[in-house]
Parts: sequence; C-alpha cells; structure tokens
Amino acid sequence: MEVRVANVRKEFDRFPALHDVSLDIKSGELIALLGPSGSGKTTLLRLIAGLERPTKGAIFFGDEDASQKSIQERNVGFVFQHYALFRHMTVADNIGFGLKVRHGPSRPPTQEIRRRASELLDLVQLSGLEKRYPAQLSGGQRQRVALARAMAIEPKVLLLDEPFGALDAQVRRELRRWLRDIHDATGHTTVFVTHDQEEALELADRVVVMSQGRIEQVGSADEIYDTPNSPFVYGFIGESSSLPVKVDNGDIWLADRPIGLSAAHAPSGEAMLYFRPHDVELVDGCSGCIAGTVAASRRVAGTRRVELEIGGERQRVEIELPVDHPAAQKSRVAFRPRRWKLFPAA
Amino acid sequence: MTTAPAQAGWRFRQPSVIPGFGLTLGFSLAYLTLIILIPLSGLVWRSAALGWTDFWAIVADRRTINALEISFGTAFAAAAVNVVFGTLVAWVLVRYRFPGRRIVDAMVDLPFALPTAVAGIALTTLYAPNGWIGKLLMPLGIKVAYTPLGIVIALVFIGLPFVVRTVQPIMEEIDKEVEEAAATLGASRFQIITRILFPGLAPAIVTGFSLAFARGVGEYGSVIFIAGNLPFKSEIAPLLIVIRLEEYNYPAATAIAAIMLALSFLMLLVINLVQSWSRKRYG
Repeated sequence: MEVRVANVRKEFDRFPALHDVSLDIKSGELIALLGPSGSGKTTLLRLIAGLERPTKGAIFFGDEDASQKSIQERNVGFVFQHYALFRHMTVADNIGFGLKVRHGPSRPPTQEIRRRASELLDLVQLSGLEKRYPAQLSGGQRQRVALARAMAIEPKVLLLDEPFGALDAQVRRELRRWLRDIHDATGHTTVFVTHDQEEALELADRVVVMSQGRIEQVGSADEIYDTPNSPFVYGFIGESSSLPVKVDNGDIWLADRPIGLSAAHAPSGEAMLYFRPHDVELVDGCSGCIAGTVAASRRVAGTRRVELEIGGERQRVEIELPVDHPAAQKSRVAFRPRRWKLFPAA
Repeated sequence: MTTAPAQAGWRFRQPSVIPGFGLTLGFSLAYLTLIILIPLSGLVWRSAALGWTDFWAIVADRRTINALEISFGTAFAAAAVNVVFGTLVAWVLVRYRFPGRRIVDAMVDLPFALPTAVAGIALTTLYAPNGWIGKLLMPLGIKVAYTPLGIVIALVFIGLPFVVRTVQPIMEEIDKEVEEAAATLGASRFQIITRILFPGLAPAIVTGFSLAFARGVGEYGSVIFIAGNLPFKSEIAPLLIVIRLEEYNYPAATAIAAIMLALSFLMLLVINLVQSWSRKRYG
C-alpha cells in the first residue's frame, strides 16, 4: 500500500513538533525515519498510525484519506520499542488478538486463528513457544512476538518505533538482518524509526533524515552519504569535518591562502567547507592545500585519526590516515579534501 | 518470572548475600505474635472454655446467625459496590487532569480519618425518613436508615478508600503503549477495557475488595447509628458482641467473636489463594 504524507503539521500545546512535512512512500518499500531525539520522527510515525491526529495536512493510504479514520479502521501494524505485549496472554493469544477482536464474518474461526498464529510464529522463528507468557521470553523474542502480532492482521503498513532500541548490540544486528529477510519475504510497506544511522543505512531502501520537525533529505543510503544536501545531514550521517572558508571568484580561500579547490558556481563570500575525514589526499609542500599542526592522534580501529590545528584561529579538523602512514609522525600535515561540499555560512 | 517453581514447598529460599534475613524475620514474627497472635489466641482460649455444646448453642442461635448473615452480607454488598465505583474513581484520578483533582484525591481518604461515629450520625441524618435524601426516597418506598440497606451505605462510605488506594497505583503503572497496541490491532475501546485493562487490574481489585470487605465485617461505629439495630433484622455481629459484653455474658461474646474470626480468616485466605494463583499465571 502506498502511503502519502501531505503537508502535515503537528503541534503539541501550540509547540510545533512537525512543520509542513510531505513524504511519499512506495508500496512495498522499507523506509527508515532517522534523526536525533526531538526531530519529530516518532511523531511522524504515530501520525501515520493514527495514534496522533495532524494539526494540519492529511495522510493517504493509496487514494484513501486515512486521516479521517480511527486507529482501529486504519489497519496498521505498529511495533513499539518496549514491545507492549499483553502480559496476561500467552504468545499465541497475543498474536491472535487482532483477529479475535474482529466482529462478524471478518472474524476467522478459532481454529483458523490458532493456525495463523503458529504460522506467524514459524515466520519469526519462535515455533513451539505458543503457550509461553511474555514474561518468560527474552527481549529479542518479545520483539519478534510483537512483530508477529502486528503482521497477523494483514496490515496495510507496518510501522516500527525504534524496534531494536531496547536490545543489546548483538541481538540488534541479528534482528536487523532478520527484519530485512521478513520484509523481503512478505513485502509489507514498512516504516521504521531509529536514531542509529548504521541501522537505517544498512536496512532501509530509502532513508528519511529528520531534524527539528523537518525532513532534511530523503534518499538511498548512497545518496544520503555521498551527497548530503545540508550541513545537518553532512554532520549527522557519518564522520565529517568542517572549516570556515571564503569564496572569491570561484576560488576557495582559507584565511589568506587559496587551498587549491575551486567552486565555479558558488557565490563569493563566507562559506563552510565540509568533507569526510577519510576522503582526503595528503600533499607535499603546500601550494594550494590545507596545512596544520598535529594536535592529537588517536588510533581508531583500522585507521589513525589525526586532529589538526589550522591557521591562526587554531580551527580544529580531523582527518584519517592509514595506520602506518609516515605523515602521522610529522608535526605538520598538509592535505586537500578529495570530495567536499560548500554550504553558505550559517 | 522465569524462576523454576520452588521445589519442596517448605524449604527456605536462599536469601541474598546481604545480611538481615534472620533479624528481620525474627522481629516480624515476634511483632506479629505480640500484636495479633496473642490477643486472638486469648479470644480462642476464652471461647474454648465454653465447651462444644455451649459454643454451638450460642453460635447456632437464630439471633447470632442473623447477625452474622447481616454482617457478612452487607460487608460483601458494600465491597462489591465499592469495587465498581472505587475503580471508577481511581480511573478518573489517574487518567484525567482537571481543576480540583488534588482535592478530590484527598477527599477519598476522608473516611480513613473521620471518626466512624461521626460518619454514622451524618449518614443517618441524611437518610432518615425526614432527612434530605431520605425524604426523596420515602415516596419511592425505599427505606434506607434503620434497615440493612443503611448498613450497606455506611460500609460503602467506610470502604471506599481501600479500593481506590489499592487500584490507583496499579492503574498508574499501566503502559499506555499496551492500549495503543490493542487499538492498532483493531480492538474497540470496550474490548480494550475488558480484555486488556481489566485482567491487569483484577489482582488489585480483588485486594481492594478483600480489604473493604474485611473492614466492613468489623465495622461498628458508623453502622450502629444508621442500622437501627433491630434484632433479626438490622443487628450486626459486632453489636451483638457488645450487647453480650454489657450483659456480662463474656463466654457468649467470645464465642461470637471466635466464629467471626474463623469466617473472616477463611474468606481472606481464599481471596489470597486466588490472588497468588493469578499472579503466578501472569507473572
């Protein structure tokens, strides 16, 4: 089912949590809402579910305006960070709940509900645990039950709010891969919220980066990482370094020296230069480069992270060097970003 | 709860490494003995002096049986009423924010603090045939004061805080997300209440019921004013005990007290067993 969020605004007690957000989700897509806390990602998810009503704007499921429908009528599967299982019911009863509360002919017979529950338990790889109570399961198992419960009602959209947030790193990675498999097998349109960029980039077809109640950028993992369209996305996704520079006739200047980069279309004046610490080339002798004194050097996994102080203002930037690179021993290093982007000075 | 069911029921569970088990258990037992066990065993002792035949004669007396019936019956009815409305009051206090909420919250405790005789006199004044409420009920043929119905009303008043105060904290702990999850799965509001919220609250409601019930069985002060105290009709067992005491008929007084004690203990025990059974199931 396609989902279209059209110009949605949401205020809590006059305090805006979402400003005029629009988003198109294709049928069968796996989408991540990524952002720091307070960015409005959970609010957007809850609006799609119908757990909140938009102050302005509308949400469409296919061609239907879902914003006029109650939560019960929307037929969405929602998975909460803390599972929200019914603890007085067995695993099978939890999964069957959505079918059992139906009325009239849409309510399958008891046998059928039981069969469906155990089918879903097989899908989430918890076969044989029908009779357990939620309290007797581990966190990872509970979340799988919660997902099975959400899928039992054949939802139009599957919505997951930080589904792995309460689990430890090992289980998280495992469930991440597993969720991707389930999604590929069932083809539900799925939206999940996370503040873990690794999770978002690895798992989702498209990532929606949010900040302060706005969508900053929507794109595939490659697009988001390689061509961030705002300083926020550049800083939020992956590592980044930035320097205040000046643009003069298409040449980029750092203080009083050109750094050998040109931006033909950039307007002259103050700007911020962003680049990835690992995406730099070292140069010998500095005619058109960024040079600085080594202030600190740290070993980070397979690379060496070097902090440089640049120019009279002692602006600090980080670059990454191979572990055995001789430059790491020097007191002065000159480099030029291989890939970079200019943003107007804030 | 993933712990294995306790093997051999009577073995001590291994306490934690933090010391204090011996001391606290010893103190608790000594305290309970001093405060509860010794006075109550004194009671049993005194009534045992009667011998079985005399004991039965007193207990099986029409007046005694009537008094016991009225005491337990009205206490049960009042506790049942309190379960419904006390839960409702707790719900309003937990779920909604409205001006004066704190005052209402404090008001719930008043029956705890008020001398029960005051409550009894106030209720009698209201429900007497010429009182504010009694006057309105009279034409409908409903007589409250000086009937068992009056006793029920007094016990409802006395027992309300027990239900509210036991249900309230559990209600506050209900995870809002569980309700939301049920709603997204298509459950109506009514289904959410009956299938999700109520089973979670049931143990607390049962506790509240048993407390209100126990309080009602033993209540004396407020009831004697509104009950009218007609033997065989609206005479409660505690009053009968007092009457026997005033007649210097101590054996009869202790016999009635002992049978009350046994009945109360039995009922509370059953309620507790039901509780622990449901707790074991739902963890």
